[in-house]
Parts: sequence; structure tokens; C-alpha cells
Amino acid sequence: MAGPMKMRANLGAGFTDVRVLMTHPMETGLRKDADGKLVPMHFIQNLTVKVNGKTVIEAEISQAVSRNPVFSFRLKGGAKGDKIEVSWLDNHGDTAAIETAIA
Amino acid sequence: MKLLTFAALLAFAGAALADETAKEIQRYREMVAEGSPAELFEIQGEELWKKAQGPKQVSLERCDLGEGAGVLKGAYAHLPRYFKDADRVMDLETRLVHCMVTLQGRTREQATVRVFGSADRPSELELLSAYIAGQSRGMAIEPGLSHPKEKASYELGRALYFQRVGAWDFSCASCHGEEGKRIRMQELPVLYKPQYARPVIASWPAYRVSTSQVITLQWRMNDCYRQMRTPEPTFGSETTVALIHFLTATARGERYHGPGNKR
Repeated sequence: MAGPMKMRANLGAGFTDVRVLMTHPMETGLRKDADGKLVPMHFIQNLTVKVNGKTVIEAEISQAVSRNPVFSFRLKGGAKGDKIEVSWLDNHGDTAAIETAIA
Repeated sequence: MKLLTFAALLAFAGAALADETAKEIQRYREMVAEGSPAELFEIQGEELWKKAQGPKQVSLERCDLGEGAGVLKGAYAHLPRYFKDADRVMDLETRLVHCMVTLQGRTREQATVRVFGSADRPSELELLSAYIAGQSRGMAIEPGLSHPKEKASYELGRALYFQRVGAWDFSCASCHGEEGKRIRMQELPVLYKPQYARPVIASWPAYRVSTSQVITLQWRMNDCYRQMRTPEPTFGSETTVALIHFLTATARGERYHGPGNKR
């Protein structure tokens, strides 16, 4: 039950700037709810970025990242129309992915 | 003499520091504004706009926000305004509730049972507001000001801004009435002056980073009155709409660039 993602990939001079937004509660496991019970850990663990099917970034992130995270990074090279795919995997085994072409 | 020079130097350093702080705050805002999670709420708001709901099982797609049934482009930039069918001035949220009642056949009580949401579960109105406001990006803010009821609403809003009420005898102007004041990192804009109202109004509704929620102007009015320790204002009441109308009219001419980001 993953919420929406949104991505932009813009070509610069010899590089591509990518910005991706994702919906995720990113629970640390330390917060208590209104009844005083601990809210279980729930956070994105792995982030994978592929360009035209080839993995270029594999990142591990933790509970330290805020809710609804935004990631932005610069890739070397790239051409208009190249397909960029970003996917995440959280500690519950849920995943979500988004694909966009470089503009 | 020496002491005087020293004092003058200190004053200068103080001013430079305040300037530096303001710049840093501005830089932080710009960083956060790039890739605002508000966009994620816009996507969910669009789904909700098109979702059939209520006893009549219809969507809100035929809702007239002032530009004609179902027209979203520029609708938010021209609100609040007078609506003939309801014979009153309405802001976006009030109008959406009106459509939920008239189009979807829901009761007003049911439509307003949960107007302010949480990070885990945003309210319908928050999601819809983000989506609809986003459809006015780049357009000049021009709320209705020609109909006699629009003029009356503006005047009521202006009067309310300066009206001291409640146990603490606060008005909006108690906090937003003097230049150069702030609470912690948040500067307090003097909202009855156009130069301060313009950038603020042009970014509402907004994603609030500290609570991971989209907050709306109705929420802002509600929460300001809570902070002033008055009884809770009724959602979509003449009072809250008049204040929003006054603030929006003060910001008129500014290009809408929301949904924005708040600290």
C-alpha cells in the first residue's frame, strides 16, 4: 500500500539532475501513539536507481530520514529520453517504483 | 566618545547578524521548497477529486469553483468570491463542502466531520486543496471584490483583523501588526500590508515540514484563534472566510506559486 512517487530528471551540460519524491511514514520505532504504545519501525531501507536498466546507485538509508523523503542527485552524462527508474524497498518488504525519461 | 563608537559598532554588528540570519532562513526555505512533498498530496487530491463518493456516488468533477462547473484552472486564484447559488462569499474549502453536499448528497456534518487531518491520514479537504490550488500556479491572485457581499466580507475581515477578543484580549494585529518581529525562527508578517501578505498568501496551502502535513488557510485561522484562546471558530463560517478574503485581497496581484512549504 505505497503512496505516490514523483520524479523529475533534467539534462544539464554533461550531467543529469534527478529529484525524486516518495510517500513513506519513515517511522523510527521510537515514537509513541496517542495510547502510549510504540509505533513499530517502518522505514525505507534500500533505494535503487537504474538508467536504461543498468543499476547506477544502490543506497542504504535508515530511520534518520524524514517522512515523505525527497532525494536529489546528479548523474554523469545521460541523454534526452534515457529511462531512469527509482525504486525503494522498506523493512516490511513493501516496494514502490517510478520511471521517467530524461527531459 | 570611545564608548559611543563602540555602541555604534555593536549596533552595526547586531544589524548585520540579523540580516545574516534572515538570509540563512531564506536559504533553508529555498532548499526545502525544491521538490516539495506537497506535490505528493496534489497527486492524491486529484484521485479524490475524481472519486465517486456519497449517497449519490458521484465525483466532484462537476463542482463549480467559480469559473464554471469542473473548471479548475485559475479557480483558486479567484477565491474567495461570491456564489449566487449559495448567496454568500466562499473560500475554497467552504465551496468544496458545498459541492460535497449538493453534488454528492452528503450531509454537511458528514462532510466536515474531519476537516483537519494528521500526518498518517490527511483530510479530504487538505488533499483536494493541494490539488486545486496547484492548478492556479503562475496566475495572478484576484479574489472577488465587486459584489456588495464581497465588499462586505472584505470589510468584515479587515475589522476582524484588528478586533481584540478572548481572555487574552488578542487580535491578529497583536502578533501581525508590527514590522521586524518574529517567534523563534518564524518571522511574523504584517499581513494587512500588501508587501507582506503577497508572498505569504501566494504559497498557501502548504506542506508543513515539522508535522508532515498539508495545512490550509481554514486550518491557519482555526489555529490562530486557538493560540488567541478564543472559542473554536466554526469551519467555513462567515468569520473565517472574511479573514481569508481580507488577507487574500491584500495579496492581490501576486502570482500564485503554491502549494508551498512551511517550516
